[in-house]
Amino acid sequence: MRTWLALYRRELALAWGRGGGPLTALAFFLGVTTLLPLAVGSEPQRLAAVAPGSAWLALALASLLSLERLFERDYEDGALDLLALGSTPLELVGLAKVAGQWTANGLPLALCAPIAAVALGAQPYLAPLMVLTALAGGLAFACVGGIGAALALGARRGGLLVAVIVLPLFAPPVIFGAGAIEALRDGLRWEPGLAFLAAYALGALALAPFAMAAAVRNALS
Amino acid sequence: MIAAVSAEGLSIARGERVLFERLSFSVAAGEALALTGANGAGKTSLLRAIAGLIRPRAGEIRFSGADGELEPEEARGQGLHLLGHFDGLKPHRTAWEELSFQAVWAGGDEASAREAARALELAPLLDLEVRKLSAGQRRRLALARLIAAPRPVWLLDEPLAPLDAARRARAGELMAEHLNGGGLIVAAVHDPLPVSARTLEIGSAG
Repeated sequence: MRTWLALYRRELALAWGRGGGPLTALAFFLGVTTLLPLAVGSEPQRLAAVAPGSAWLALALASLLSLERLFERDYEDGALDLLALGSTPLELVGLAKVAGQWTANGLPLALCAPIAAVALGAQPYLAPLMVLTALAGGLAFACVGGIGAALALGARRGGLLVAVIVLPLFAPPVIFGAGAIEALRDGLRWEPGLAFLAAYALGALALAPFAMAAAVRNALS
Repeated sequence: MIAAVSAEGLSIARGERVLFERLSFSVAAGEALALTGANGAGKTSLLRAIAGLIRPRAGEIRFSGADGELEPEEARGQGLHLLGHFDGLKPHRTAWEELSFQAVWAGGDEASAREAARALELAPLLDLEVRKLSAGQRRRLALARLIAAPRPVWLLDEPLAPLDAARRARAGELMAEHLNGGGLIVAAVHDPLPVSARTLEIGSAG
């Protein structure tokens, strides 16, 4: 546990280190949501209709940004060998990386998502559900993204490959997350959407460590 | 605690190319084994196979303790240090952040990391970012991890190449201490090790 926490703290330090990781993701997220009115037109009614959906789209894209480096930097400089030879199993190494990714990227993005949605014209009463779904969605993005990042290890232009592997798997959280918010807005039941989203996130959390460990072992050999 | 490492009928291939076949050796506590051979003969691959990172094409690597054979996974996770070409140090973190993390990860603690830094004369460098260190200083930082977290098996890949004469002698003393304390060393080298070692030539058959 002590070693796991040491690794988790290191992951956070690396994410917040030079290049400002999460800040870049936040800036990207806000940039995408700012571009939206320029693309679809700035009539408030039209914007309000697509606000939750576009906030979710931007969230999914911003979650992609730092995935490439998740395993790649440790693979390139030999730290992954070291992590593989610790007394902590590789599955937990992957879990620490995903947890670090979620805290460093998912959390700030989840707090930012409702601001962007409201700025686009969504009703403020949607904000709490937006945070909640973005938190669960961020966990799903981090887990699925971790698998993609581990699978792309050693490939040239790994970042693009990660995006191609991972984007289809981002579909369910986007459907359920944006769906729950739209249901609340239209006065329908929003709980099922949130429940499906949470189930997807927990399923990904349960599977991801094993998939990441297998992919990392394969990349090291 | 690992008391011996042995290999029997070991063949290792990288892709289609077979590096060596039917290699057997054993190293016991207190012994050092120097792997020699031409570039590309498979020295590094052998070290990585002992560490369990590469699966051999044929043959077996065994670890035994004081009372019988050990489970390889477990023995590796707790009893083995691998010091390769890449030292796993992050350029933008300070030497101390990296050393203390690596020490804790391998089973040591912060006090033992400080101790190890002293043993390798790293104390004045600890506040510097790793990218500001020279090759020799980085190597000493990587060696400090082995001292900070005592593990019986050291797998070293060209451990002394970037070190100056005085530091080579110092590293030799640390290796001798490790062997005296019941450790064992397998090192890929081009120059002779500073401790007495058996030599195993890799790839001479092929």
